[in-house]
Amino acid sequence: MLYREAGDYKTSYSKDNQTFPIKFDRVAYYLLLVVAFCVVPFFINGYWANAVLVPFLIYVIAALGLNILIGYCGQLSLGTGGFMAVGAYSAYKLMTSFPDVSIIIHILIAGVITALVGMLFGLPSLRIKGFYLAVATLASQFFLIWLFNRVPWFYNYSASGTINAPERTVFGVNVTGPNVEAWAQYMFCLVFVVTCAWLVRNLTRGTLGRSWMAIRDMDIAAEIIGVNPLKAKLSAFGLSSFFIGIAGALLFTVYLGAVEGGEAFGISKSFLVLFMVIIGGLGSILGSFLGAAFMVLMPVLLKNILVGNMAWPTDVAAHFEFVIVGALIVAFLIFEPHGLAQLWRLAKEKLRLWPFPH
Amino acid sequence: MSAGFYYGIEVFLNGMMAGVMYSLVALGFVLIYKSSGVFNYAQGVMALFAAMSLVGIQTGQVPFSHLINAMFGTNVHHFGWHLPAFLAILLAAGVMFIFAVLVERLVLKHLVNQDPIFLFMATIGLAYFMEGFGDLMWGSEIKKLDVGIPQGGNVWIEESTAFLGGADFYGFYLDSLDIVAAVVAVILVSSLVLFSQYTKTGRALRAVADDNQAALSVGISLRTIWVIVWSIAGFVALVAGIMWGSKSGVQFSLSLIALKALPVLMLGGFTSIPGAIVGGMIIGVGEKMFEFLIGAPFLGGATENWFAYVLALIFLVFRPQGLFGDKIIERV
Repeated sequence: MLYREAGDYKTSYSKDNQTFPIKFDRVAYYLLLVVAFCVVPFFINGYWANAVLVPFLIYVIAALGLNILIGYCGQLSLGTGGFMAVGAYSAYKLMTSFPDVSIIIHILIAGVITALVGMLFGLPSLRIKGFYLAVATLASQFFLIWLFNRVPWFYNYSASGTINAPERTVFGVNVTGPNVEAWAQYMFCLVFVVTCAWLVRNLTRGTLGRSWMAIRDMDIAAEIIGVNPLKAKLSAFGLSSFFIGIAGALLFTVYLGAVEGGEAFGISKSFLVLFMVIIGGLGSILGSFLGAAFMVLMPVLLKNILVGNMAWPTDVAAHFEFVIVGALIVAFLIFEPHGLAQLWRLAKEKLRLWPFPH
Repeated sequence: MSAGFYYGIEVFLNGMMAGVMYSLVALGFVLIYKSSGVFNYAQGVMALFAAMSLVGIQTGQVPFSHLINAMFGTNVHHFGWHLPAFLAILLAAGVMFIFAVLVERLVLKHLVNQDPIFLFMATIGLAYFMEGFGDLMWGSEIKKLDVGIPQGGNVWIEESTAFLGGADFYGFYLDSLDIVAAVVAVILVSSLVLFSQYTKTGRALRAVADDNQAALSVGISLRTIWVIVWSIAGFVALVAGIMWGSKSGVQFSLSLIALKALPVLMLGGFTSIPGAIVGGMIIGVGEKMFEFLIGAPFLGGATENWFAYVLALIFLVFRPQGLFGDKIIERV
């Protein structure tokens, strides 16, 4: 009753092909967008932006990118942190080399550079499969971080080895640097998230997305029916890295402001994004959102409860957090391997019949 | 011969020793991968946890003392005993056995027939869990592990080889600990091979590794085998933990040796025990020689972090199943 797919007749191809073909979904998403764009910015404050919303939005982009690679194309990658670092450092170099160009263009170019690096490291995927590939992608993680720490050109020969985001404005409003306001950070990231999500949604519905899924389900069979594995795998690596690069650039410029390569983009970041994709649901765009929300919110929540309410020392609370995260991941894999997105699917199933289940 | 040449040889020998240490970790991976097809990311954390438990038991720490103190405001920390090393190792092995049983009961049993990727993720979750759990149980400070293994440069080797070079060469510097580790690794591998070749359980292990459906049909209990394999892997982790822990103290970075063992696995093949040893040697020697000849003079050092991976990556492009791995056959 509450959620219906029936009775929604399409009379033209363009209507049938639209991004959200079901009216209920469409209305719900538009409402959500209206709230996100027109309501939230007026109520947001520094704490919410810093602790929850901005990291959530940035990680959504990274999770979308990784989901293309793992969820849609079936190539397990553990090099996300390294690729995010590529995005961050290229954004830094571009921003300091061409200070007059808009930061939006810098971030997009940083994404393109990351895409090229990703394709380079994706080349072995044509020969190596499965776990061998997963371990091989770790090579990119360690090599890239080492490169950024050792070659002073990347951090403009600064004495501390860290990179600092210079102050930049969009339409006269600060979006990076120390004088940035919470709503500006939020809006800037939100625009990127909406655009990226829309892009990924349409990419995965098209020819490219279908060739990825064919490769994922069985690569040899896909090759036999005429999917070019070189094209499919490299485009997946490239596009995935593009989004991950944008996420890295945003994380550095808007959220962190100052970054030390090995610390901010280490292997734990790779795993964090991987967990988001797994917990959210492989091969689901909604899943990337849910997974990112879960992994960003849970530590905040745990910290508030353990340190705030129960007054545990922070180090014990941090260890406990590890235990909870680990246990939750295992529990998710056991009880719902398809992630939060699958829970939503089941809920829709229930809502469709409610209140007359028989 | 110049002194530089002998330094090169010294680096080579030390690389071999480092390789043995990597192999010790890689061995645990291979055992589990072979028999259950699970790529066990938690192996490194298992080594850390085993070493922590060993230190904790040996020095008589109260488990979860930080947690208890935080919850009840008490101040307990030690039972006040100091166990002999041998007994402590036995008890730590017992802890690893209990751990194996729990993993089988709580995790693996429920994930039978899932995609390998989900099992892999589950072991990452397990790694996180154990990392936090170990810290909660035994505290996260750096601990000293001492079970009586000699440490420091081996004087005998150093003195007896000093005549080789010129006046500015003082003999090969080899750490006694590394030599002990090499001997232990040899004993461990030979006993594992003997165990899997000549005992009934060993034969069952090989049967499961070969084809677990067929093994089930002739009456081998998969669940028992898994417990056995995870216990053995836990024991191997304990040995690796003792060696690495004696070398650099028991601390968080110990769990990162798993990351060093991965390229070893890729190179040697995921399914081969000799592969783990040979791969470890190649990686150990390769990265030390690369650092000595190219990394330190030309690239600014610290190439050891990634060299192993790049080497393994390039190698895999030519031989996707590693040196000794089973040939990958794909069918539609």
